[in-house]
Amino acid sequence: MLEYFDPRKDSHPAIDYGTPPSSRDLVPISELITLSIDGHDVQVPEGTSVMRAAVMAGIHIPKLCSTDSLEAFGSCRMCLVHIEGRRGYPASCTTPAEEGMQVRTHNDSLAKLRRNVMEMYISDHPLDCLTCAANGDCELQDMAGVVGLRHVRYGYEGNHHLGIEKDTSNPYFTFDSSKCIVCSRCVRACEETQGTFALTIFGRGFESRVSPGQNQDFVDSECVSCGACVQACPTATLTETSIIDKGQPDHSVITTCAYCGVGCAFKADMQGDQVVRMTPWKQGKANRGHSCVKGRFAFGYVTHSDRITTPMLRESIDQPWRKVSFEEAFEFAAKRIRGIQKQYGRTAVGGITSSRCTNEETYLVQKMVRAAFGNNNVDTCARVCHSPTGFGLKTTFGESAGTQTFDSVEKTDVMMVIGANPTDAHPVFASRLKKRLREGAKLIVVDPRTIDLVRSPHIKADYHLTLRPGTNVAFINAMAHVIVTEGLQADQFIAERCDVEAFEQWKTFISDVRHSPESTEQYTGISAAQMRGAARLFAQEGNGAIYYGLGVTEHSQGSSMVMGIANLAMLTGNIGREGVGVNPLRGQNNVQGSCDMGSFPHELPGYRHISSEAVRRVFEKAWHVTLDPEPGYRITNMLDAAVEGTYKGLYVQGEDIAQSDPNTRHVEEALRNIECLIVQDIFLNETAKFAHVFLPGSSFLEKNGTFTNAERRISPVRQVMAPLCGLVDWQVTLGLSKALGYEMAYNHPSDIMDEIASLTPTFANVSYERLEEEGSLQWPCNDDHPDGTPIMHVEQFTRGKGYFALTEYVPTEEKVTRRFPLLLTTGRILSQYNVGAQTRRTENSSWHAEDVLEIHPHDAEDRGINDGDIVAMVSRAGDTQLRAKVSSKMQPGVVYTTFHHPESGANVITTDNSDWATNCPEYKVTAVQVTKVTGTERVSQWQTQFAEFTKKQIALLNGSEGDEQ
Amino acid sequence: MTIRVYIPRDSSALSMGAEDVAIAMRRAVSDQDVDIVRNGSRGLYWLEPMVEVETPAGRVAYGPVQAKDVIGLIAQGLLQGKQNHRLSLGLTEDIPYLKRQQRLTFARAGIIDPVSLEAYKAMDGYQGLERALQMGDQAIVDEVKASGLRGRGGAAFPTGIKWQTVLDAEAKQKYIVCNADEGDSGTFADRLQMEADPFGLIEGMTIAGLAVGATQGYIYLREEYPHAHDILNEAIARATAQGYLGDNILQSGNGFHLDVRLGAKAYICGEETALLESLEGKRGMVRPKPPIPALEGLFGQPTVVNNVLSLSTVAIILAKGAGFYKGFGMGRSLGTMPFQLAGNIKYAGLVEVALGVTLKELLFDFGGGSLTGRPLRAVQVGGPLGTYLPESQWEVAMDYEAMTTLGAVLGHGGIVAFDDSVDMAEQARFSMAFCVEESCGKCTPCRIGSTRGVEVIDRIRANQDRENNLQLLEELCETMVDSSLCAMGGMTPFPVQSALKHFAEDFAKDPVKDYAN
Repeated sequence: MLEYFDPRKDSHPAIDYGTPPSSRDLVPISELITLSIDGHDVQVPEGTSVMRAAVMAGIHIPKLCSTDSLEAFGSCRMCLVHIEGRRGYPASCTTPAEEGMQVRTHNDSLAKLRRNVMEMYISDHPLDCLTCAANGDCELQDMAGVVGLRHVRYGYEGNHHLGIEKDTSNPYFTFDSSKCIVCSRCVRACEETQGTFALTIFGRGFESRVSPGQNQDFVDSECVSCGACVQACPTATLTETSIIDKGQPDHSVITTCAYCGVGCAFKADMQGDQVVRMTPWKQGKANRGHSCVKGRFAFGYVTHSDRITTPMLRESIDQPWRKVSFEEAFEFAAKRIRGIQKQYGRTAVGGITSSRCTNEETYLVQKMVRAAFGNNNVDTCARVCHSPTGFGLKTTFGESAGTQTFDSVEKTDVMMVIGANPTDAHPVFASRLKKRLREGAKLIVVDPRTIDLVRSPHIKADYHLTLRPGTNVAFINAMAHVIVTEGLQADQFIAERCDVEAFEQWKTFISDVRHSPESTEQYTGISAAQMRGAARLFAQEGNGAIYYGLGVTEHSQGSSMVMGIANLAMLTGNIGREGVGVNPLRGQNNVQGSCDMGSFPHELPGYRHISSEAVRRVFEKAWHVTLDPEPGYRITNMLDAAVEGTYKGLYVQGEDIAQSDPNTRHVEEALRNIECLIVQDIFLNETAKFAHVFLPGSSFLEKNGTFTNAERRISPVRQVMAPLCGLVDWQVTLGLSKALGYEMAYNHPSDIMDEIASLTPTFANVSYERLEEEGSLQWPCNDDHPDGTPIMHVEQFTRGKGYFALTEYVPTEEKVTRRFPLLLTTGRILSQYNVGAQTRRTENSSWHAEDVLEIHPHDAEDRGINDGDIVAMVSRAGDTQLRAKVSSKMQPGVVYTTFHHPESGANVITTDNSDWATNCPEYKVTAVQVTKVTGTERVSQWQTQFAEFTKKQIALLNGSEGDEQ
Repeated sequence: MTIRVYIPRDSSALSMGAEDVAIAMRRAVSDQDVDIVRNGSRGLYWLEPMVEVETPAGRVAYGPVQAKDVIGLIAQGLLQGKQNHRLSLGLTEDIPYLKRQQRLTFARAGIIDPVSLEAYKAMDGYQGLERALQMGDQAIVDEVKASGLRGRGGAAFPTGIKWQTVLDAEAKQKYIVCNADEGDSGTFADRLQMEADPFGLIEGMTIAGLAVGATQGYIYLREEYPHAHDILNEAIARATAQGYLGDNILQSGNGFHLDVRLGAKAYICGEETALLESLEGKRGMVRPKPPIPALEGLFGQPTVVNNVLSLSTVAIILAKGAGFYKGFGMGRSLGTMPFQLAGNIKYAGLVEVALGVTLKELLFDFGGGSLTGRPLRAVQVGGPLGTYLPESQWEVAMDYEAMTTLGAVLGHGGIVAFDDSVDMAEQARFSMAFCVEESCGKCTPCRIGSTRGVEVIDRIRANQDRENNLQLLEELCETMVDSSLCAMGGMTPFPVQSALKHFAEDFAKDPVKDYAN
């Protein structure tokens, strides 16, 4: 068998190899080249730098400007070496190793050169090492020591930069240019790693200085605070403010970020049980050492004073909260739940699992609902985001998950990004995507808005198809129509891999002229020429990958669109290898996991239908209960039934339906009707204001467990501090379940994972031991795929043959009318996350203190709206007021806002329209009217009620009656 | 019969008043059948503005002409080519400075209207391209190799070998980049060529494109050459209109497109990798080599980067054959070199002669000694990074190898002369100070070392801790030479070291300067 060198396995995470591996691909051992460094033979892949080769041989050549996350730069001149037969002193970082090369890394003249260069550095550097924030973590200090610099003959009287003022404009890090050695690592990190190009070197010669933008402050520049520059800085020039305040960490723990579905691996840098810094972990397979402003810096919410750390209860929601013991809270809740079931029936209660919590915790909540509540009324927030993904991909491919790894993008030739805004919502993946685009991959953006990806430094979309919200299916059908009618499809792939009968039927359907770009233009607003151009590009450019977000799923035809995307991928043969595939960008850290864990009312863990007796029997045996064969309520059913008065008890773990779900007034009415609302959260969120029992939650830093990201990657979450309330979430669920009379015995989350593995074929080989060894695992991970499954459907589809589903375009009922002439679509911004419960409690709010309504200049002009005006927005569901931002990123007729702040009431506007198959709400299309607010009435009726209710609930939290204040 | 009068539009001539002369001439001859041609300069700068008139015996010259001279010149028979005015220079071709030259690259310079394709073709223009179109790509490269042409920008790398590398590289897109960021002090040959004979450059670049399989060319022009910019753009437009550029050159099926891009006043962008960065729209910073631009150049694609003179010379080589070209020069320094005499020199201008001429011949036989009349003391050859040569070295043959033996460089052929009033310690300081200003700031020896160099020289000149500082300066120079990323930092010490070596007295404790005579 051929032996391979694996550049990603055969390297040690704690070592900086100076330059990146020449490629991430495996290299047969026989193809390695051999060179001699200081007399030691070392074998490396072709293209490896002499510096990296030396490190592999255990020889660390002095260096300052190089680090293995960035391409070699060759500026510091510390890494010069002597190479037999070559003139001068080549820099080892920029010199590729060659077969038979004889390298000396050290001799007297090299030592002298290095010392003399170091002498230059120190002649323009403050000598305050002992009081410097980087003391103990400074490469300049280390190298000065290595080269043995003892004296600076130039003195310190010459020209220097020591007086430059610090830039403290960024809330999370400080830029102290006086300590800068102009190695450009920050500039290159901003370019290569992050892809923002916010930093540059300003000036020439001695006056060359690192500068954000054009000599701006960091906060005024294009900087997105991803932290890559801080990470790359070898000195104290760019340092986390927390490190300046607290000092260097004493130990670190590897864990997984709890923000978006990218699932970045982080090193929690600790002092005792205090997190002093979060740094992206180089070996993390999802993020490969990169981060964004949320994961990197916005962790302060964990210890925010708003955290509630004691269980509380109250008889009704107009009473003050009473702090109680966990036991009392459990007893109270259990008694009420059982009472409700007695009075209103077994199915009058249910639970909502959290996509923020771990797999183990989510599994427990659905288990408790099914086993202790005795019904299947369990659902999760995926209902309102990616439920169509699960349905659509299961139908066409046979598995409810994305097909690729994030690494796959490195092999993509043409990418289509539909209804996703990766630079804001999945920033770390966006950086990897942009890197590939800068390497020359083609880009098709399908979005009503001009998202940043359409045009950003060194990136320009080949096509930006500005479709009208609600016409996704017409668009995807037209794409397929062009490919089929122009004969661009992958015939061999279809014949070998797909259900040919279904394909033929679909082919007849899609070939009909009603799907032609010329016919669909009237709906989509995309010109036929653009449409045909994009279709040809996608079909013909090589490896084609589709990335999509909630702009695909949150529609009345969300499931149809997902199937349309799957059809397109199969049609072009873009499934089953690197560089291709269907890639749903999942919103929450564990939304994939919560779906995997059986959070849906009709599915047990592993997406197995509750109606299957064989499946039920497996769980019944393990759980020692009889399971209800009927699927339970979805969230929407629960809320509707609550309004009707037939649904009375709800346990909500780590989810804020009062803010995040559509048609807020309907949600609020439902919540008011519930007689026992149990909310488990780290804050008194909007939903908790309607609750009777509050169970304090624990953040990701306080627990052990696993999250599963958008690539099906199961990553460990590790406890770095004790839970503030004394129990972690899974223990709280155990307590509640016990009080309900259903006792579950686990000593550690690993026990729960063992149970999951034993009951779920796709998780069969997952265990904490394996995760410890591998760092992370992508499911399916079982005997067929012992090391997990990076790419799915390689040999055949999970369902056998790929299925082409018919996807007729049915326009949404939500249409513009004279009364509601604009379409509202909603989304996210970079600095805030989802309902904002966490990010609003960090300095991130300095970038986005309120939600604004973006409106095209024409629509603004028609309404006399100026930038910054307060406007009223009304839909058939409700009305709210917020500040307008006039933006040409919008197309005329479309307005946009976010829902990061509850008082904005974005979801007061959204309606209860939903996906035909999964009830995923149609957040992305609401017909509205927007008018300028002229009178003194500056808030809507709902906002007034909201403010009063919030004020009262805060008072009740603080132990008073509220009304008396 | 139409009388043809030539008044240059070259920047140097314009700076000396050529535009006013042209206006005055136009006014003065408005009632006569006179055709005023705006030619380039012949490079005899002390004679600019030099006005020429076509006569049956050949063109006769007058210069330097000012606007106020025009009426008198005409009165004294300028239009008839009479030679009795005090500014009369006789037949242009017989002016000794010109007559003694071997103009190959500059064969058309100053003779023709630079943007007249007809005039260009009338003087053998586009013969090289026509021949190249009959040859295969490898044959063109072989011809250039055989000519012995080496890069005239300064590095003297064999042009044909560079082309071979690009030809052999496989890529969808290759580029020809012309380095026209002529920034060396005392040099002007590129500008003169572009303003006097732009089609020569365009033809050379087109041939280069054919040779290596590149379909796009860029001329990276320094922003300080606005007249060259206009002339190049006009010439490119005309060449494109006539089918010499575009998708299908002369119906051959081969395409070549050409665009001019302006620099932003950075000396370092004359360094080829910094130039490529700038051309890509980035800050002009030096890239490490490898990879060499021939393999990964502009936008990461195989790229020929050649100087204006190298590319212009290719047209002659292809037109007349490699054998003709290598008939000039000596040893491994074949062909001609356009030397540029500047500084304190009586007859500043362009001297294109075969490689191997001695520095002394250039300084005295052409240059006529110093402008001030004082004895010449030092000569800097090859731009601001070139060494200073003392009189004892002026017998050196001006070829690449002979200069190397002196630790000197030929560079781009710039020669800047200094008389005996020069303070060489000040000149050494200037070298470091120039680097402080013009370093791209990337590598440490260049960025910080140059600043420290200025300071150390200042201390030496102020008699502070002399011996130690002299020692430190020497070590600093060695460090910069040995560890800098590119030639900017690596050669900045050359003038300093040569000044220290040959003019040590200027660094002495009490430098004695005798300006008495």
